[in-house]
Amino acid sequence: MNAAGWIIMLTSVVGMTALFAWCIRKVLTVPGASEHIHSQSDIDPHDQE
Amino acid sequence: MAEEKWGSKLGVILAVTGSAVGLGNFLRFPGVACANGGGAFMVPYIIAFVLLGLPIAWVEWAMGRYGGRKGYSSAPGILRSITGRDRTAQIGTLALIIPVVIYMYYVSIESWCLGYAWKYWSGGMREVVAEARLQAAPEAAEAAGIDAAKGYLLHFAGVVPEGAGQESGNFRILREFGKGCLPFLMICFALNFILIYRGINRGIEWFCRWAMPALLVCALVILIRVLTLGTPDPLHPEASIANGLGFMWNPVGHRLVDGTLVEVGFLEALSNPQTWLAAAGQIFFSLSVGFGIIMTYASYTKENDDIALSSLSAASGNGFFEVALGGMIAIPAAFVFLGPESIISAGEKGSSLSLGFLALPGVFEHMPAGHFFGGLFFFLLFIAAITSSLSMLQPAIAFLEEGLGLGRHSAVTLLGFITATGALFVSLISSGLTVLDHMDFWTANFCIFLLATIEVIFFAWVMGLDRGLKELAHGAEIRLPRALPFVLKYVTPAFLLTIFGSWLAKEVFSNGPYIKALRSEPVVQLTVGFIVGLYVFFSILVHIAVQRWKKKEALYSEKGGSA
Repeated sequence: MNAAGWIIMLTSVVGMTALFAWCIRKVLTVPGASEHIHSQSDIDPHDQE
Repeated sequence: MAEEKWGSKLGVILAVTGSAVGLGNFLRFPGVACANGGGAFMVPYIIAFVLLGLPIAWVEWAMGRYGGRKGYSSAPGILRSITGRDRTAQIGTLALIIPVVIYMYYVSIESWCLGYAWKYWSGGMREVVAEARLQAAPEAAEAAGIDAAKGYLLHFAGVVPEGAGQESGNFRILREFGKGCLPFLMICFALNFILIYRGINRGIEWFCRWAMPALLVCALVILIRVLTLGTPDPLHPEASIANGLGFMWNPVGHRLVDGTLVEVGFLEALSNPQTWLAAAGQIFFSLSVGFGIIMTYASYTKENDDIALSSLSAASGNGFFEVALGGMIAIPAAFVFLGPESIISAGEKGSSLSLGFLALPGVFEHMPAGHFFGGLFFFLLFIAAITSSLSMLQPAIAFLEEGLGLGRHSAVTLLGFITATGALFVSLISSGLTVLDHMDFWTANFCIFLLATIEVIFFAWVMGLDRGLKELAHGAEIRLPRALPFVLKYVTPAFLLTIFGSWLAKEVFSNGPYIKALRSEPVVQLTVGFIVGLYVFFSILVHIAVQRWKKKEALYSEKGGSA
């Protein structure tokens, strides 16, 4: 394995791992959203905008 | 209808990541990367992730939650709710049949994974290898054992092609019920439908909550085993794990020319359109964008959930499993024990199945404690596959429930009958894997490209970027890139149209092998006819659903909107 291979491998592996870890940390630390339950009774298919 | 929602933000991320992480992460990615420039492949791969994968995922999440707020979870309902036009619902038909048809052959491959795991752990594979060794001459016994392991799929799945000097593989798994993959297919089928019957929260989310960590643990154990292989044979110091990693990650591609391995340079690989096409295709299939599944999953999110972050988390989770784990296991191990020619040869046979089911069993015959790790590897593939196959059923279940007013029991029964018919068609007409291969080509290639292109254009030009991005940004804690509107309106559609156009030119308009087979082979014509028939059937169901929705809306209006 040459130096370029090491650089590409470490950049790719560390980059993807760091991005995933950051996302999971963010998901777990952001305050919970309010509940929303939808069902057939909510149907309002026509957009009013 | 039962009210359905995800139990938690982490739950939905695990479910979407589970849907995306599949056989493609552990088998397809390393094979495609190796055949298209090695480490150089990561350049177009990352660009495609940023300009194609992530934007389309955001599009599906935004449209899905928008439809979910209007009370719809199926693509026909979601798309119709966006425009208010009945005809738009028919576009959603494609998003129903893609996952259903893919499920039909994916569950078959899933059953091979479970069957292989069982055979390795129960000693069945050891018996197969021992029997082959006994029947061979003493000096050829070792090689015969390895060949038996590598060729096991031919009999286990009835792949033996006609004219190979043996009886055709068709219906073989039925004739030899106990020896083939049919019992495992039945187990996989039952497991999928039990979980889907339990619903979003108690079925899919509950399963993914333990399956995804289990998948991670299995992958890490195998990764440690592979990375600590060192140089197993001192007589062949070049067959080391460091060189195996180099074969995968050095910015040098390889191809076989008349049986000789030829290197492909960094710039040569990047200047080849095929490399970019392969990278875009990999991102596409790996992230499960263009399937219509994410739209359905996103419809069950809560109104103020950060769907931009959830989408990024699922995409990065898929990337982590693919690059950090998938890229470090199969190729380095196969390089050490089988050599580089076997890897490229398996890749050139056209699919990840060659690497996984034909090459890797040979690796486990060489590896210390290989049968334990073989079982663990195929169990890992089984978990990855079932979290994906589960997600393929949900869009159709959601449609049958909300479109036709069926209860969960009836919807599961009807879909079970439809998918069982298709799965048996794929599994029983197994000779040469012709049906599986052509189903994969027309749905997981053609239809997905088509649906993703339609989705992006629909989002940017029909739904409107203002409305779409407002939905995506609602509740978002992360800041969306400023360039996103420009990327979604121009770059992603142009990128997609270029790739789709190149793909059509290469595979369809140049009278490629799949088109030739369609013109001449009755089995292929039957396969494509089956897909078209299914499309027509679901299209009729969508029409019926639209009539039902219109009646319901009329009733709602008559009651002054107080229904």
